[in-house]
Amino acid sequence: MTNESDSAPGRRFRLTPAAVRAAALQAALVGAVVLLAWSLIATARQNLADQHIASGFGFLQQTAGFDVSQSLIAYNRSDTYGRVFLVGLANTLLVSVLGVLFATVIGFAVGIARLSPSWVLARLAGAYVEITRNLPLLFQILFWYLLMIGVLPGPRQSLEGPFGLVLNNRGLILPQPVAGVGLEWVAVAAGAAVVAAAVVSRWARARQARTGRGFPAGRVSALLIVGVPLAVFLLLGQPLTLAPAELRGFNFIGGIRLVPEFVALVAGLALYTAGFIAEIVRAGIQAVDRGQSEAAASLGLRPGRTLQLVVIPQAMRVIVPPLTSQYLNVVKNSSLAMAVGFPDLVAVFAGTTLNQTGQAIEIIAMTMAVYLAISLLTALAMNLYNRRLAPVGR
Amino acid sequence: MSRDVFVRRELQPALPPPVSVSGPFGWLRTRLFAGPLSTVLTLASLAALWLIVPPLVRFLLIDAVWSGEGREACLGETVGRPVGACWPFITAKLGQLIYGFYPAGERWRVDLVFATALALLVPLLIPPAPFKRLNAALFFVVFPVAAYVLLVGGWFGLAVVETRAWGGLLVTLVVAVTGIVASLPLGILLALGRRSDLPAVRWLSVAFIEFWRGVPLITVLFFATYMLPLFLPGSWSIDNLLRALIGVAVFAAAYMAEVVRGGLQGVPRAQYEGATALGLRPWQTMALVVLPQALRLVIPGIVNTFIGLFKDTTLVMIVAIFDLLGQLRAAFADPSWASPSTLYTGFAFAGLIYFAFCFGMSRYAQFIERRLKAGR
Repeated sequence: MTNESDSAPGRRFRLTPAAVRAAALQAALVGAVVLLAWSLIATARQNLADQHIASGFGFLQQTAGFDVSQSLIAYNRSDTYGRVFLVGLANTLLVSVLGVLFATVIGFAVGIARLSPSWVLARLAGAYVEITRNLPLLFQILFWYLLMIGVLPGPRQSLEGPFGLVLNNRGLILPQPVAGVGLEWVAVAAGAAVVAAAVVSRWARARQARTGRGFPAGRVSALLIVGVPLAVFLLLGQPLTLAPAELRGFNFIGGIRLVPEFVALVAGLALYTAGFIAEIVRAGIQAVDRGQSEAAASLGLRPGRTLQLVVIPQAMRVIVPPLTSQYLNVVKNSSLAMAVGFPDLVAVFAGTTLNQTGQAIEIIAMTMAVYLAISLLTALAMNLYNRRLAPVGR
Repeated sequence: MSRDVFVRRELQPALPPPVSVSGPFGWLRTRLFAGPLSTVLTLASLAALWLIVPPLVRFLLIDAVWSGEGREACLGETVGRPVGACWPFITAKLGQLIYGFYPAGERWRVDLVFATALALLVPLLIPPAPFKRLNAALFFVVFPVAAYVLLVGGWFGLAVVETRAWGGLLVTLVVAVTGIVASLPLGILLALGRRSDLPAVRWLSVAFIEFWRGVPLITVLFFATYMLPLFLPGSWSIDNLLRALIGVAVFAAAYMAEVVRGGLQGVPRAQYEGATALGLRPWQTMALVVLPQALRLVIPGIVNTFIGLFKDTTLVMIVAIFDLLGQLRAAFADPSWASPSTLYTGFAFAGLIYFAFCFGMSRYAQFIERRLKAGR
């Protein structure tokens, strides 16, 4: 009956048997981890020497010598492996950003549709959620990919959509925007409109705080931000035109061509993640107590204002944390590009570059470090945001 | 005071609700056509359903080809009508989709493993079924060993079947089940480590969990396939499937740890204090009082992790292990079955399998969640 009571608070720094045991346990654990790491590193050294594999990051300066089918930054086969890394990283980020964007739009639409007063629409949205969430992402990406290359017609029988969109088995072709004279003035007008909208909103808030009289700041801002640049654009004689791609012989010339791998990957990522986002949005809206909107109504707020001032701010507090983890999932899942051969970071760097140089340790460590950095930075930002959103004074 | 004050002495019987909000007509009015917006949305959804469902039924059942040999059976020209799903393609490839290249004469071993798993799993999943402890021990300890012996062979006169020959649904299930069975104990250890009072234990656990949760599974599989062999002595050669299994187990353990941690946080403090007051030592408190309650709380979370893992098994295709999806992709490449509907048929079949598993499990998780809530 001696040692148990010794670990009570207030006597913390005495050298009790329990403290000695804890210290010994931790020392043993750290020692074991260090020993394991050391033996693994020693083995790896031996293996690398036996197999004559170079080590270190010198390979990043060597010439890559292979082509990449789609790249955001200038690249040709005489560039270095270091450049390949950047090309892959840029493609990963492009796919992630587009995936997040489309997934958010579709996800919010489906999530709100699940709560729609129309029973059929709610059921339809529910079916969408169940189907997209219960089929593996790779299955969906592969489906869109094989559909694009196997079933869509060739360039001569392309499907043509509005605004000069062309879809065929070589990919999705967007019209090329061509800047005319005076486009910069439209940008200037847009900037000025945003500033003006900010000023109006500030003034409206100050006036409401002072006198209690409201002002439709939201609508006026929207009108300013959309209307002013549009007016300038029309006055200057539409200085931005879209040049659709043209069919010459067997293929399309001009336009921006998105390879089928890219379209399938973004479509798969967006549709899959949208199912999860829809559930998050639905749960977030339902988490706001009915009493909140009833109280708002009894205070005299109209339904629109209730939604804007009472329901959405509280729902966002529930929605944002899981939404961020879905965004992180999009970034991590964009690595499935490998399966359809889109040149993302994993495909060109951990795939092709690894096969050519054989430097598995450096390459996989670099690839993992990129994803880890994105995850940890997002988690950090998320924690800061959560701290700001946390209810005050409860 | 006048004498004709009327005071009601008994309650008026309640009237039935007005016809406009009750009965089938009321249902139509309130749930489908509650206002102009609702009416438009309902009509648009009905139109969308009309565009999706009838063609789907036509494709899967009415226009489908049910028997025949080779691609000719599924070509519109030979059949003389529009052709839907080409089910003979699935019949021909069924063995490959389920067993991969497991030798045909040995496939009874796989069937036996499937049947045993089902026989052990069903009573385990039904809450009132008796002998839970024995059942769990059989499923989590005896069954994996028996399944290993049966599938790999080499004992009791069973021929050895190399894992290279494994494929299809067999690999999908082996990877998912091994992942979940191996990740559970590791995940519990990590979760306990993360809540430990000892800083070194806590920080090592946090680093391990956050590292594996921060990277995509593909990089983990690459790590296991290309990097792991470099860290092991040259004389050790690890089987390709085993490497992937190690990667999946470590990856799943990190996610499992977070699920279990949620359960540990859900056990009230008073439970620890009560156990201490009864004179239990810390590890006894954990093993006998806290963990059983925590694990019960997180059954839905574990099932959801399992669903995620089941879907993620498709990624092993990238390190040249052919699971169900990999075998399907291989089957598409067969020129003797090339027809316009082969692609859709294959995806419809594999999609139904994946959907049945995942949907079933998610419904089960919801069922358990409701039961747990009802018990409080």
